[in-house]
Amino acid sequence: MIGMWTLFKKEILRFWRVGFQTVAAPVITGLLYLLIFSHALGSRVEVYPGVSYTAFLIPGLIMMSLLQNAFANSSSSLIQSKVMGNIVFLLLTPLSYREFFMAFLLASIIRGLVVGTCVWMVALFFVDLPMAQPLLILAFAVLGGGLLGTLGIIAGIWADKFDQMAAFQNFLIMPLSFLSGVFYSIHSLPPFWQTASHFNPFFYMIDGFRHGFFGQGDIAPEISLTVVGVSFLALSWLTLLLLRSGYKLRG
Amino acid sequence: MTPAIQIEQVHKSFGAFEALKGVDLTIEQGEFFALLGPNGAGKSTLINLLAGLIRPTRGTLKVMGHDVVADYQQARRLLGVVPQELVFDPFFNVREMLRFQAGYFGLGRKNDAWVDEVIARLGLTDKAHTNMRRLSGGMKRRALIAQALAHKPPVIVLDEPTAGVDVELRQMMWEFIKHLNRDGHTIILTTHYLEEAEALCSRVAMLKHGKVVALDSTRNLLKRIPGKNLRVRCVAAELPASLAPLVRAREDDAITFALTDAAQIEFVLAELRGAGIKVEDVEMQEVDLEDVFMEIVRL
Repeated sequence: MIGMWTLFKKEILRFWRVGFQTVAAPVITGLLYLLIFSHALGSRVEVYPGVSYTAFLIPGLIMMSLLQNAFANSSSSLIQSKVMGNIVFLLLTPLSYREFFMAFLLASIIRGLVVGTCVWMVALFFVDLPMAQPLLILAFAVLGGGLLGTLGIIAGIWADKFDQMAAFQNFLIMPLSFLSGVFYSIHSLPPFWQTASHFNPFFYMIDGFRHGFFGQGDIAPEISLTVVGVSFLALSWLTLLLLRSGYKLRG
Repeated sequence: MTPAIQIEQVHKSFGAFEALKGVDLTIEQGEFFALLGPNGAGKSTLINLLAGLIRPTRGTLKVMGHDVVADYQQARRLLGVVPQELVFDPFFNVREMLRFQAGYFGLGRKNDAWVDEVIARLGLTDKAHTNMRRLSGGMKRRALIAQALAHKPPVIVLDEPTAGVDVELRQMMWEFIKHLNRDGHTIILTTHYLEEAEALCSRVAMLKHGKVVALDSTRNLLKRIPGKNLRVRCVAAELPASLAPLVRAREDDAITFALTDAAQIEFVLAELRGAGIKVEDVEMQEVDLEDVFMEIVRL
């Protein structure tokens, strides 16, 4: 347990030491999205009855920031350690692959939650946000952070170079998060794109999370929770298999 | 007593290339052991296998009786490896890194006293709170050694620890390593500085093309080459054919001859005189590990 706890603590300190870059910067980015989109569309769009567009936007932005930063935490730590070679200090230790996984996963969730909470606190200056089902909010935040933290571990194991990691981020994480209904309800999309959105796991994370605030969404939260939970378990299983086999870490 | 290291019929292939071809090696507890060989002989592969950084294609490796694959956690707790490359984590200072490293091995705050001792013994006290990025190359090397010792392993592997290290650090490091050896730690060393291996190690294994080609005490290995070396400083010139079989090494301004008999001294000097080569200085030298190494590697 001490080994896992040490690695977890190190991973937390790693992002906290550069908090300006890992926490403040994504909060400012989220705030810019909020200012631009609410200014451009705020007076013209009402997605749910009685919910302003600005209020609608905020849970999506919180969740998007949370997911992207959970991914960034594990993926950047692993790729940096691999490129710089200092991952050897972890590989020489008796840490089991499960402990390795848990430490990176928990640190990713914490970073996601810290960034998400900061975006939420800043957003409160702009609009009063209801919290219809706080437990649902927490469940989606933790599961979503876990899912992306796990995906970050997979990307970190797979990528050998920074450009491979950038490709993973730019061609998978960014499109999936932007096309997940952060800025719109999928009911406003043409039928084909509505159907396509249902194959995007980010959609369930965003919609379920938003449901926790407003008590309404595009899809039943139970379905979203199931999809997110099953996806998280499936990716965790895959990650554990990769770690156990030593794929790209141990020759 | 359980051997510190037990390697049996270890093979390791990277695709079609066979890096290790059935290595057998036993290192007893408390030994100061040298693993020598030319580049590409398989030394680093063998160390990486012991450390669990790569897995053997065939064969078994044990650290203090624990298999490095089947019982990897216990095997790694007993082993400290100083990697060859100068790698470091840029986010933390020296003391933090050492405490983290000990923590990964399951050691808590009680181990902090040992971490501080390692810091002091390696002359890092002034730099304990300095970020790893800001350390000079020599200081980074010290921190790297300290990291391998943070969990006080009974078996310590040093993979080329003195590459690019100044004399002061080299001496300080060897004093500390000798102290650890006297305390019962087993030390396994790979180095290109053969005089270090000769001075420090009681036993030597030489690897060539993935096989152990020599394994003996340092004293016995030195006895393999009878006689002495005659080093002659002279102006570079064509040597008479009669001297060619005796040449052990050639430099720009000196030739070293391998002599089995003191009577050969006069013969060498006479032949040089006869060929019109002006001798500036002569020196008799004992055979060293480098000569043995060259002899074995050349075979």
